Amino acid sequence: MLFLSQLINGLQLGSIYALVALGYNMVYGIVKLLNFAHGDIIMVGAYIALFSLNYNHHPVVAALLTVGGCTLLAIVIEKTAYSPLRLAPRLSLLITAIGVSILLQNLAQFFFEARGRAFPADRLLPTGTVSIGDATVSYTSLLTIGISVASMIVLTFIVNKTKLGKAMRAVSEDTGAAQLMGVNVNVVITFTFAVGAALAGVGALMYGVRFPLITPTIGAMLGLKAFVAAVFGGIGSIPGAMIGGFMIGLLEVLVIHMGYSGWADGVVFMLLIIVLLVRPTGIMGRNLMEKV
Amino acid sequence: MKRNFSHVGILMLLAFTFLFLIASCTGGAETGGTPDDITHNLRTENGIEVNDVEREIPEPVGDAYVPDEVVIGVLAPLTGSAARFGEAVRDGVMLYINNYNAQGGLQIRPIIFDEQGDIGQAVIGYNSLVDQGITALIGSVTSGPTMAVVPEANADGMPMITATSTHLNVTVDASTGNVWNNVFRSCFIDPFQGTKMADFAREVIGAQTAAILYSNDIDYSIGLMEAFVARAGQIGLEIVATEVFADGAIDFVGQLTNISAANPDVLFVPAYVEPVALIGPQSAQVGLDTVILGADGWDGALDIMSEGQRTTLDGSLHLTGFSIENEDPMVQEFVSRFTAAVGNPPDMFSAQAYDAAMILIAAIERALADGHAPNTDAFKAATIAHMAATNLTAVTGHITFDSLNNPQKSAVIIEFVDGEPRLWGSF
Repeated sequence: MLFLSQLINGLQLGSIYALVALGYNMVYGIVKLLNFAHGDIIMVGAYIALFSLNYNHHPVVAALLTVGGCTLLAIVIEKTAYSPLRLAPRLSLLITAIGVSILLQNLAQFFFEARGRAFPADRLLPTGTVSIGDATVSYTSLLTIGISVASMIVLTFIVNKTKLGKAMRAVSEDTGAAQLMGVNVNVVITFTFAVGAALAGVGALMYGVRFPLITPTIGAMLGLKAFVAAVFGGIGSIPGAMIGGFMIGLLEVLVIHMGYSGWADGVVFMLLIIVLLVRPTGIMGRNLMEKV
Repeated sequence: MKRNFSHVGILMLLAFTFLFLIASCTGGAETGGTPDDITHNLRTENGIEVNDVEREIPEPVGDAYVPDEVVIGVLAPLTGSAARFGEAVRDGVMLYINNYNAQGGLQIRPIIFDEQGDIGQAVIGYNSLVDQGITALIGSVTSGPTMAVVPEANADGMPMITATSTHLNVTVDASTGNVWNNVFRSCFIDPFQGTKMADFAREVIGAQTAAILYSNDIDYSIGLMEAFVARAGQIGLEIVATEVFADGAIDFVGQLTNISAANPDVLFVPAYVEPVALIGPQSAQVGLDTVILGADGWDGALDIMSEGQRTTLDGSLHLTGFSIENEDPMVQEFVSRFTAAVGNPPDMFSAQAYDAAMILIAAIERALADGHAPNTDAFKAATIAHMAATNLTAVTGHITFDSLNNPQKSAVIIEFVDGEPRLWGSF
């Protein structure tokens, strides 16, 4: 029954990673950019939720503000930092992303102070535990997994069944051809950033519930773990991000379950190196072979 | 294939760049705990040969000597990153000295030197203080500067007491294992807390089994864990689970689930406030139903938890050096005087500094009573001997010194009740 508890732990952790990894992969799929500022958008989202809940907003209002705030922030970043570099080399874009990440962290330290702030998780989701057999599982674990899976279903619907989703897939496949076919590439790119950031907003809420101590640097480690999940699942692949996220969460908890709690982070980053060496495209990634 | 390899290269480069960025971002965010976290190296403890120093008090040389004043030095960082500890220590020392001088009779004249938390400045400061005629020294605050001064002070036979330097080698020469017989301290050393909490678990809670959750890359945490385990072995407290987390970790759910499955009577968490603030809610999340024990790194943990989650640590007990809630009249008088003089309530550092001044001045009084003139070698030797024989009740407890010149005193236990810290009592 210990195993069942740990399985739920791993799925909860994994669903947070998956939500973040989706943002990486959607953006990478469209503009081939590793958006390293993504983790920091989650940090900002966590602060929005924290302040909103502390102002006694209704949890739904706080959640909407968080998701809306993250979306808005991502659109602003895309328009001001990334959009002017659309035709620049990809490396410039990447360095800009790291710059945005550092900027967000330092702005957060300036405005919110470096000290940890308590996230009032109990005002967002009900606390308490439920027994499944011998295992004790918290409501928040189940709700986190449920909300994440629901978000992923909505995302899958958007990508596969809507016109904008179709445009996203088209731009991802061949930007030039999509443009020639009349797809407004700029709108599609902004929309992709916005959807990724909305998922990040959900991720921020789930993060705050599980780790109720928010500092300006929380996005860094979370972003890195989600990056590993994205690479493991297949960089640029939406189902890959989901699978990768859950796998990383489960792996971390499995390592702890086996009694090697000090090795949890090490094993995750070891996995990154192994994946990059053995199968750089990840488990769901397309193998991009180019003709010479 | 060529493309794949460049892909690999760029991704790996990125990964390492990012790791580096994170390493540089998350450093320096430590809060809480004692000022000595970084310099602790407690593993040398087992290799020490303890010399039993003779505690003979020199024979009186005549009638009591009555000087106008006795000059003592105070070394503390009043600027720089350790300034907040230095100010707390200075305020505690000055409160005691001002109160003492106000009684009339012997006057103590302190000379304060700001060593900026710097080893070199501390040595310069010590020599400057000696040139100004000090006959005893209170300081310094963090272990590094204190340890830099100790060898010189030892060569001078200078009576010295530090209020806050918790490193083992403040009172023990690291290279020879001999005790620096002139150096004392009024604070706990870290292993002491682990030993105390093991005793507390066994004697007060009646625990048969214990689990430990500690960080394997914070010396403070390791030192307490090792002492707890060593003591547990001696008193028949079985360690049923030992779980580890990394410095800066935020996720303890996996470890807590394992601990919950081992079903220990107590869980010992020697950590600072950030992990503790997360371990509370996460232990509730996994349904962990055991008494959690902590140490002085826990002070202030509730301040960084949301109101609704503070109760998740209810029933936890932790040890600390000082509590302003202690109803002892002496403590309450100290708290009210300190608050009136400084403007804020005293913390543990100020209380220990107050006690350090009390211990030193009591020894100076006796050395004078023996007939020694200040600033003579005999006076200093007598002061050192009287300090070693200290047996007085101070605001952080009743203090005597062991053979390593570390204080033997009772600790204060704080219990969390309804999301608030309450004084449990002393132990």
